[in-house]
Amino acid sequence: MAQAQAHHDEHPTGISRWLFTTNHKDIGTLYLILSLIMFFVGGAMALVIRAELWQPGLQIVDPHFFNQMTTMHALIMVFGVVMPAFVGFANWQIPMMLGAPDMALPRMNNWSFWILPFAFTLLGSTLFLQGQGGAPSAGWTLYPPLATQGGMGTDFAILSIHMLGISSVLGAINIVVTILNMRAPGMTLMKMPLFVWTWLITAYLLLAVMPVFAGAVTMLLADRHFGTHFFDAAGGGDPVLWQHVFWFFGHPEVYILILPAFGLASQIIPTFARKPLFGYDSMVYASASIAFLSFIVWAHHMFTVGMPAAGELFFMYATMLIAVPTGVKVFNWVSTMWRGSMTFETPMLFAVAFVFLFTIGGLSGLMLAIAPADFQYHDTYFVVAHFHYVLVSGAIFAILGGTYYWLPKWTGHMYNETLGKWHFWLTAIGFNLAFFPQHFLGLAGMPRRIPDYALQFTEFNQWSTVGAFILGFAQLLFVYVVWQAAKGGQKATSQVWEGADGLEWTLPSPPPYHSFATPPKIK
Amino acid sequence: MAGRAPRQPARGRNARVAERNRRLTAKLAAAALLMFGFGFALVPLYDVFCEITGLNGKTGRAEAETLAARVDASRWVTVEFTGSTAQGLPWEFRPMQKKLRVHPGQTTVANYYVRNTAAEPIVGRAVPSVTPGAAAAHFKKIECFCFSEQTLRPGEAREMPVRFVVDPELAAGVATVTLSYTFFNTDPAQAKRYGGDGQAPVVDHDQHRAHAGPAAAGG
Ligand code: HEM
Ligand SMILES: [Cu+2]
Repeated sequence: MAQAQAHHDEHPTGISRWLFTTNHKDIGTLYLILSLIMFFVGGAMALVIRAELWQPGLQIVDPHFFNQMTTMHALIMVFGVVMPAFVGFANWQIPMMLGAPDMALPRMNNWSFWILPFAFTLLGSTLFLQGQGGAPSAGWTLYPPLATQGGMGTDFAILSIHMLGISSVLGAINIVVTILNMRAPGMTLMKMPLFVWTWLITAYLLLAVMPVFAGAVTMLLADRHFGTHFFDAAGGGDPVLWQHVFWFFGHPEVYILILPAFGLASQIIPTFARKPLFGYDSMVYASASIAFLSFIVWAHHMFTVGMPAAGELFFMYATMLIAVPTGVKVFNWVSTMWRGSMTFETPMLFAVAFVFLFTIGGLSGLMLAIAPADFQYHDTYFVVAHFHYVLVSGAIFAILGGTYYWLPKWTGHMYNETLGKWHFWLTAIGFNLAFFPQHFLGLAGMPRRIPDYALQFTEFNQWSTVGAFILGFAQLLFVYVVWQAAKGGQKATSQVWEGADGLEWTLPSPPPYHSFATPPKIK
Repeated sequence: MAGRAPRQPARGRNARVAERNRRLTAKLAAAALLMFGFGFALVPLYDVFCEITGLNGKTGRAEAETLAARVDASRWVTVEFTGSTAQGLPWEFRPMQKKLRVHPGQTTVANYYVRNTAAEPIVGRAVPSVTPGAAAAHFKKIECFCFSEQTLRPGEAREMPVRFVVDPELAAGVATVTLSYTFFNTDPAQAKRYGGDGQAPVVDHDQHRAHAGPAAAGG
């Protein structure tokens, strides 16, 4: 044991430190860096899309490449940015928040990270195979018959999805085991910080649906190459079956992309409102009910495939039901702020914007949930506006806010607050300028995933493009702020924020390599 | 939890935690594997569900006895016809009548026209679909060109009949039923030129497993 301990503490340097690390903080950092790089890759693709949509007609890219951009942008943002960022936060924070020395399965942890760069290299390499059909272009939802017809880019995408799935499942197992088995004595489940709770629920969602997605893309691969006809009407299959299986994964997946963000907001808001989280128990139960309900609403993505009225009604009401626990959360965050002594440091700005803008996304979701209305909105820019309000101002804002929140803890230095605020405001303004007009474009009938559009949509598209470029370039400022804090600056205290509460704030900033070698006392 | 002394000897505690971790990991991995299987199980589950409920455009096939079925002369149903070819198949294919008004229970014949515009013979198969999906189980084809493959010589044109009955059980609210066909190339050797993956379509003779054609999939 003594030997094992010594081995554990040995601290390789240089590249091998990162390749072979089993330390939760190192792995957390790797996940976050990967996510940041992919954020710029996916963002560059978004800017290609927005540049092409600057005016009607085809100017910059041909339609096939445009379709590759929309597909790759979505795959990268979902699997390469939001999910790895959340896992990065989980790695850094969960052991510290629970009073554990490290994650439960450190070697598996290393593996689940290092699969990712290979998966994204595989996926990204398709962009250089333009002669063979280029990157996947059937949309991130990979609907057949398009997805069964495309070039080999789709096969690469399928294999990289398998790798991403393995990584996510391993990561999820690790997180569940850590949370259930590694808590310090006295840290009961109902004392856990909300970020840990939302991650526990997310991890179960991942375990339940990532394998289903892996199965679905396996069937797609078989249809493409091994002569099966799961989704091929000519062979007795059914393309609508794909949609059912995909969305059985897809809807829980969107909650995978938001629940940890709920957790982040629930950490940040009480700190800067200087009040404990309002309605902790109801937050836990609301998260769990959202996760449960997410399994029975999938067909709200397919209201227009020709379901019988009973099906339309069931999925419509079930979807609306999700708004109830979601509303509980929003009201709890607002109540936490109510009469708090609030200050608006950058993390809080992002968190407040999160609550406000995510709610707009939730409300447009409710509009989409109305089956007869969705016949009009489906596959228009209204849907695009909806999911960017929940994903950018939801997930991404929470990630940015969370980064500012814990950056002093991670690096030991305060970041530049003035630049942080600049970053926030440019991001918030750019974001709303980019996506708010898309609601109107969609209501007026502009279809999504099309490189050209009717003349009357020009002006709003130009607003949107201007906003997108502001949003995109503002993120360079973020990189600068993070870089600056990592290099040096004003020393951070252990507590960092006056109102911060929780075990991670009892450790020095930056925390020791092994978080809690002896379990802390829980009050 | 609270009962455990915080200062246990490190070895005992670590070993016990490691053992619990291993067991929980195994359980969770098994759950993930199970869900992988569940993804595939959704395929037969979906088929069974569609069969029981008659959803998703599966059309029934009736034998000649249905000819003796009771005709409900008090009611009219409009049957509309459409036809298209899958991407790449150089056939001209269309219904010869846009719609027919029929009584439930009455046996009716409709005709489709098809012509091979290519310079070589092509083998194709038509996959039927009926909307609204809920009506599909009550739309019975007695004889149909879709029951077998069609081989067309270069330039050959053909009129093809479909003989059908609308079951009097059809829900009262349904006044219009649309029958659509999509023709697919079925010869693997020609798949490169004429699309399809060239696999012979599997058409189950009791119940066509071909539900929605690609046209329907687009929503
Ligand atoms: C109150 C909660 C919500 C409701 C009622 C809701 C409802 C809907 C509906 C009905 C659609 C389908 C629209 C269509 O395609 O016609 C949709 C699409 C979508 N939603 Fe939501 N939603 C909610 C929250 C969320 C959240 C929290 C996320 C993710 C963070 C999310 C992400 C998405 C995405 C990505 C799509 C589009 C998928 C695609 O077709 O590519 N939604 N939503
Ligand atoms: Cu959904």
